[in-house]
Amino acid sequence: MTTRIDVTLTVNGERVSRSVDTRLHLVDFLRSELGLAGAHTGCEHGVCGACTVRLDGEPVRGCLVMAASLDGAVVETIEGLSDSGEIRDLQEAFVARNACQCGYCTPGMLVTAADILTASPQATREEIREHISGNYCRCTGYQAIVDAVEDVLKARAAKREAA
Amino acid sequence: MNEIVTPQSLGLSREDLPNSYIGRSVPRPNARKLVEGRATYTDDVDLPRLVHAAFYRSPHAHARIVSIDTSAALKLPGVVRVFTGADLARVCDPWVAVLAHLKGMKSAPQYPLPLERATWQGEAVVAVVAESRAAAEDGVAALAVEFEPLPAQVDMETALSPGAVVIHPELGDNLVFTRTAETGDVAGAIAAAHKVVEATFHTGRHTGVTLEPRSIIADYNRADGTLTVHHSTQAPHMMQNVFATQLRLAESDVRVICKDVGGSYGIKVHVYPDEMAVACMSRIMGRPVKFIADRFEAFGSDIHARDHRIKGRLAVDAEGRFLAFDIDDLTGIGPYSVYPRTSAVEGNQVVNLCGGPYSFPNYRCTTTVVLQNKAPTCQYRAVGHPIATAVTEGLVDLAAEALGMDPVEIRRKNLIPDDAYPCTSPAGMKFEGLSHHQSLAKLLEMVPVDKIRADQLEQRKRGVYRGLGFASFIELTNPSPFMYGIGGAKISAQDGCTVRMDPDGSVVAMSGVTEQGQGTEAILAQIVAHGVGVPVSKVRIVTGDTRTVPYGGGTWACRGAGIGGEAALQSAIALKEQILEVAGAMLQAQGSSLDIVMGEIVDKATGQARMPLSELGRIVYYRGDTLPKELSRELVQTRHFITKEYPFAFTNGIQASWLEVDVETGMVKLLEHWCVEDCGRVINPLLVDEQVRGGIVQGIGGALYEHCIYNEDGQLLTTTLADYLVPMAAEMPDMHVGHVETPTKESLLGAKGAGEAGTAGAPAAIMNAINDALKPLGAKVFAQPFTPERILKALGTIA
Repeated sequence: MTTRIDVTLTVNGERVSRSVDTRLHLVDFLRSELGLAGAHTGCEHGVCGACTVRLDGEPVRGCLVMAASLDGAVVETIEGLSDSGEIRDLQEAFVARNACQCGYCTPGMLVTAADILTASPQATREEIREHISGNYCRCTGYQAIVDAVEDVLKARAAKREAA
Repeated sequence: MNEIVTPQSLGLSREDLPNSYIGRSVPRPNARKLVEGRATYTDDVDLPRLVHAAFYRSPHAHARIVSIDTSAALKLPGVVRVFTGADLARVCDPWVAVLAHLKGMKSAPQYPLPLERATWQGEAVVAVVAESRAAAEDGVAALAVEFEPLPAQVDMETALSPGAVVIHPELGDNLVFTRTAETGDVAGAIAAAHKVVEATFHTGRHTGVTLEPRSIIADYNRADGTLTVHHSTQAPHMMQNVFATQLRLAESDVRVICKDVGGSYGIKVHVYPDEMAVACMSRIMGRPVKFIADRFEAFGSDIHARDHRIKGRLAVDAEGRFLAFDIDDLTGIGPYSVYPRTSAVEGNQVVNLCGGPYSFPNYRCTTTVVLQNKAPTCQYRAVGHPIATAVTEGLVDLAAEALGMDPVEIRRKNLIPDDAYPCTSPAGMKFEGLSHHQSLAKLLEMVPVDKIRADQLEQRKRGVYRGLGFASFIELTNPSPFMYGIGGAKISAQDGCTVRMDPDGSVVAMSGVTEQGQGTEAILAQIVAHGVGVPVSKVRIVTGDTRTVPYGGGTWACRGAGIGGEAALQSAIALKEQILEVAGAMLQAQGSSLDIVMGEIVDKATGQARMPLSELGRIVYYRGDTLPKELSRELVQTRHFITKEYPFAFTNGIQASWLEVDVETGMVKLLEHWCVEDCGRVINPLLVDEQVRGGIVQGIGGALYEHCIYNEDGQLLTTTLADYLVPMAAEMPDMHVGHVETPTKESLLGAKGAGEAGTAGAPAAIMNAINDALKPLGAKVFAQPFTPERILKALGTIA
C-alpha cells in the first residue's frame, strides 16, 4: 500500500540520502529518520506551527511538506540554526525574557522569529505579533516572545548603525 | 517564622547581597536546551524493540459494542497485535473515581478499554500495536467494529429528569454528587434586601490544549518484573501508585520517569484509560509500547472542563453592602468521574469559592454534578476559580449598576478588610492573610481609570464602545491532605527534597515537585543556592524520576513553590549546617562562627574567606582519614514539608480588562489588561509575572474563543485547531502585572502559589468589561465564550 521514493537533500549543511515512504511528511522525516527531534509535532495539519523549519530559506510547516518532494532541497532546523550561531542573540533574548516556558513551541517560534529579523528589521510590536500569529504558544501569553524579538530587532539595528 | 534574610529586609538592593537569590529574576538554567531544540520530551525517547499504539475510538456518543473483527488488521504489514477491552481486563483492575470526603459521591468502574459499551464519542475501544504509528493507524482503519447505537444523554439540564438515559444503570441515576453549603439566613436576607440582582451564567466546556499531546512509553521487563514508564505527567509518584495498583504490581517494581513536558495546565495529572491500556499492553507483550495522542484524539479524550450553568443572586442593602449570595451550580462531567482526583472537585470548588473576596453574612451555594455522554471533565488550571469568580464578579457589577454605584466603590466597600485576618469565609474557607484592599490600591495606581473613563465617553460619541471591567479573586494554593488525601486518594500533599554537596563543591538537589515549563527547577536552584550559600550556577536540579527523588505529589494546585520550595529550603539549610560543622573541625573554629558565601567558607564576623567548598569536599570524600573520627560528615540532607495549620494557603488579587466591542460584528478587541496578585514571597519576579500572563491568556481563551462544541447527538464538532480556537499573538493585549507580598507564616520561605491567578480572574474581568462597553445599548452577556454571535444576539442584531 505504500511506495518509496529516493531523495537526497541537505539538512543543516549535511548531505543525506534516504528512501522515504511517500506519505511521510517532513517533520516525521526529521524526527524519525534523522533523529533531529528539535522540531515538534503539535497538530499535523498546519495550524500550530510547532513543526516550523526552514526549507530553501523560507519558514515552512514541517507537517505540510512531504519528504518525498525534497530531492535537492536545503533544510535547516533548530539544531542547525543553533550550531551555526545565526540566531544566538535571539535565543539569548528568549532565555533572558523567559519567552519560553514548556519549550514545545519554541523551536518553531524561533524559526518564524528569525524570519522577522531578516524580512522586517523595522517591525513594530503589532507587526511582530502579526508575524508570529501562525505559531501557537500555550504557556507564555506571547508578550515575553514579542519583548524578546523586539529586543533583538533593536539591538541589531543599533549594531547596524554603529557599523 | 519568616525571619528569612532578603535584600529588602536588610535595606539592600538585590545585587548587594550576593547570596540571596530569593526575589531575583534569575534566568532559568534549563531554558537554553529549550531554545536549542535539545529538550527530551517523551516522544523523543526511543527504546529497543519499541512498538507503537493507535486506538480505534468510538464514533458514537453511546453504543453497545456488538463485535470486533481484527482479522484484516492483523494481516497488514507492520501490525503486531490487536487488543480489546477483555484482553486488557485480564491484567488490569478497573478503577472507581470517588473521594470519601465528598459525601454520597458515586461513579462507575472504568476499564482501560470498555468491555460492553462506549459512552462517549472519542472513547478508545480497540488498540492496535504496530512497528510504527503509521502502521498502527493502518491497522485501526482495517478493524471492523460493529456497534448498536444507544440513546445518548447529552444535555446536562435533563440528566436527572424522569426521561433521562441512565448512563450506568447500576448507579440508579446520573447524579454523581451534590453539596449545599449554607450559612445564615439567605431567604430572610433576600426578602429584606434593598435590591436583589440575579443572572444565569454559563462557562463553556473547554480544554487545555497542551501543545505536546499526552505522551507515554510503558516498558515492562519480564526479566526483572519491573514496569518503567516514560510519561508526560505532572505527578510521577501518583502515577507509580496507580500503575502498580491497577496492574497488580509491587509499587517498588514501577518506575515513572518524566523528562521534559510540553505543557500540562492540569491536563496531565489524571488517569487516562488509553494510557492505562498502553501499560497493560506492555505488561502483556513484555516490550516497550509508545502512545502519542494526535490532536484529534486530544480533543476527544483529554479531559475537558468548566461545563457549568450557574444561577446566581446577590442581595444588597441601600448602602451597597452585600447581604447574601445565593448560587445554584450545575455541571456535566461526561460518563465517568476521572480517577483519582474525581470530577466532583470543580463543582465543589464553586461552592467553596463563590463570594470569596468579600465580607458578607449569608451564603447558600449548591453544586449538582451529573453524568452525560460527552468526554470526561476534570481539573484544569484554576479548577473552579474562573467559574466562581465570573459568577461573583458578574453579580457584583449587576449590584453596582442597580445601586448606581461605581464598580470600584462597591468592591472597596465589601472586600474583606486587610486587618480582618485570620478569618473564615461564609463558605468555610480559612484565610490566613490576604491583601484585597492593598491589591485594589495597587491596581488603581497602575490603571489610569480617569483617563480611560474620559476616553470611553469620547469614543461612545463616535459610536465606538469600549469597556473597563474589574474582577477580584481568591486562589487556593499549597493544598494539604484536606484536598485529596482525606478522601482516600493516594495523592501526596507533602513533598521532599534531598540536597547533597559533591567533591567539587557543587550541589545537587532532588525534588518531588516537577517541571512543565513554569520554572520549578529554576526556583528550586535559587532556593538551594540561597540556603546553602553557593552560586546558583553550582546547583543542579533533578526532578521527575520516582526511583531517585524523594516521595512527593508533583505539580498541582499551585504547590511547587510553596511546598516543594520549602522542602528545598529546609534541606539546603540542613546541608549548610552539616558543612559548617565539618568546616569548623577542619579550621579549628566553631561551626557557628563560620558562614558560606558564594561557595566559600568565610568567617561570619569579618567575611574573610577561609576555604572554598571544593577543598572541604576534597577532604571529606578523599581524605576522610584526616578528620576527627567521631565527626559526622554526611554532606547530604533530606527534608520534607507539609502544611499543618491551614488546609490551603489562599492567595488573592484583582484584574482589570480594557477592551472594545465592535457592535457591527460582535468582535471583541482586547486593548490592555492588568493584574495585581499576592502570592506571598515572590521567589523569581520574572517567572511569576510570566505565570500570571500565561494564566491570563488561558483565561482569555475560555472567555472569548475556546469551546468544545457538541451537537445534540453527542458528536464533538471542534476536533481540530482550525475549529477550536486558542488565543494567538495578534489578538492578545499587553498585560501589566503588579504584586503585593503577604508571605504565609506556615513556612520559612513564605511562598504561596502563582500559577492559576491569571486564569482565575481574567474571564470575569473580560465579561464585566464587555458588559460595561455594551451598557449604553442595554445589552449584557453572561455565557462564555463571548463569541461575536452571542454578542450580536444580546444586541438584538441577530435572532
